[in-house]
Amino acid sequence: MLPEPFTAAGSSSFADFLAQQAPGLVPGASARGVGDLADVAPHGTTIVAATFPGGVVMAGDRRATMGNVIAQRDIEKVFPADEYSCIGIAGSAGLAVEVVRLFQVELEHYEKLEGTELSADGKANRLAALIRGNLGLAMQGLAVVPLFAGFDVATQIGRIFSYDVTGGRYEEHAFHAVGSGSVFARGALKKLYRDDLDETGAITATLQALYDAADDDSATGGPDLTRRIFPVVAVVTSDGYRRVPDDEVGAIADEVIGARLVRPDGPAAPLT
Amino acid sequence: MTAPFYVSPEQLMKDRADFARKGISRGRSVAVVQYVDGVLFVAENPSRALHKISEIYDRIGFAAVGRYNEFENLRIAGVRLADLRGYSYDRRDVTGRSLANAYAQTLGTIFSAGGEKPYEVELFVAEVGDDVSGDQIYRLTYDGSVADVQGYAVMGGQSEQVETHLGEHYSEGLDLTAAIRLAVESLGSDVTPARTVPAADLEVANLDRTRPQPRKFKRLTDETVTQALG
Repeated sequence: MLPEPFTAAGSSSFADFLAQQAPGLVPGASARGVGDLADVAPHGTTIVAATFPGGVVMAGDRRATMGNVIAQRDIEKVFPADEYSCIGIAGSAGLAVEVVRLFQVELEHYEKLEGTELSADGKANRLAALIRGNLGLAMQGLAVVPLFAGFDVATQIGRIFSYDVTGGRYEEHAFHAVGSGSVFARGALKKLYRDDLDETGAITATLQALYDAADDDSATGGPDLTRRIFPVVAVVTSDGYRRVPDDEVGAIADEVIGARLVRPDGPAAPLT
Repeated sequence: MTAPFYVSPEQLMKDRADFARKGISRGRSVAVVQYVDGVLFVAENPSRALHKISEIYDRIGFAAVGRYNEFENLRIAGVRLADLRGYSYDRRDVTGRSLANAYAQTLGTIFSAGGEKPYEVELFVAEVGDDVSGDQIYRLTYDGSVADVQGYAVMGGQSEQVETHLGEHYSEGLDLTAAIRLAVESLGSDVTPARTVPAADLEVANLDRTRPQPRKFKRLTDETVTQALG
């Protein structure tokens, strides 16, 4: 017979149910180390997101690092969260992937139990709670820093939320970046972003930003031309989540790289 | 001092079964039909909000008749069980069979336990496979018995008349439109002469193996149903 907690009424949260029924499966639950753990596991690096009229684009480079070693060169760090949102992760890769998996189930679980989707703000708040649960490990160097973006069905606009390790949730306007190369990526987007970009324009801007991040940050991977490994790009619009196919990203990346052969620092913005 | 009444186990079980059956027969029927691209559920249910048909997991759907609070309880338990299993192992490791077993044990225990009243519900658990031979439909009754169903099945109020009509007209390899039409026609043949069930009173959903998304469950809108019936 199914035990009582399975039939208990009241909570539609899978994370709460998991903590109660299988606490060992909560991300980071069994990892209790001492001292600095920053270099024991791979770290993911740069994620950028930008809105455009009718949606939002998120792109992530493909590198994971462990100290000075490149742990993986084709890691994926941008995932669908549900039909109308996506999540990108920087920080401790293993933990972050687990948090993403839990977050995906959390949203789907709510949707199935309640028969309706969470609001965009509701999703962002749930993610904040999951990140806050990882604070102990974050203090030891295993931080998980997500970037959450989605299409708000109620207001029909793309929205971006950033987080800090304490679960602080901040809504960003227009564009944002997280991870080790984020400073450079954000600088690039400042000069490239315009609020009338179309979808392809927004994808191009995020690829340019990732290129600049890889240019100046050793932990961010640039486009790998020999292996044809390009950033993971996701677009969320009123049609839902779409992972942009590799050949489409490759074509835009080739254009970006072609232009950089002429001007290595990327497109010049007007002075005034 | 008076001696307590003796009730034989046979009589006790019979009384409990009669009680459960009576509760179930008061409601409208639910039909499940296997068609070429998956499994179709059709229920007569005027409510837009209180569903008789629901999604449990990627490939698993659920339909119920009887007391709403009881089958809603079981539905929530099923979603929790499936999500927990999919999270601890992998999404592919969640099967209709294990869910049907969990339901069977739960219903069986409640039915034979002396204290509680038996649940007045019947359930369908259906799982869509990669092709027709991979589809599975389980029918669970109030006492916890499970049956593996082939092709079509009906439960609820006047299920016998409906199932007879469905059996006479069912053939393998129906497309979605034909399956909807057949199921709705059958639901209307619970009285003689047969009545027409309006599209607004129908709850229709399917598990469609051709959907590109991992979640194969989809509710069909009134327009889709009206179109299929027209």
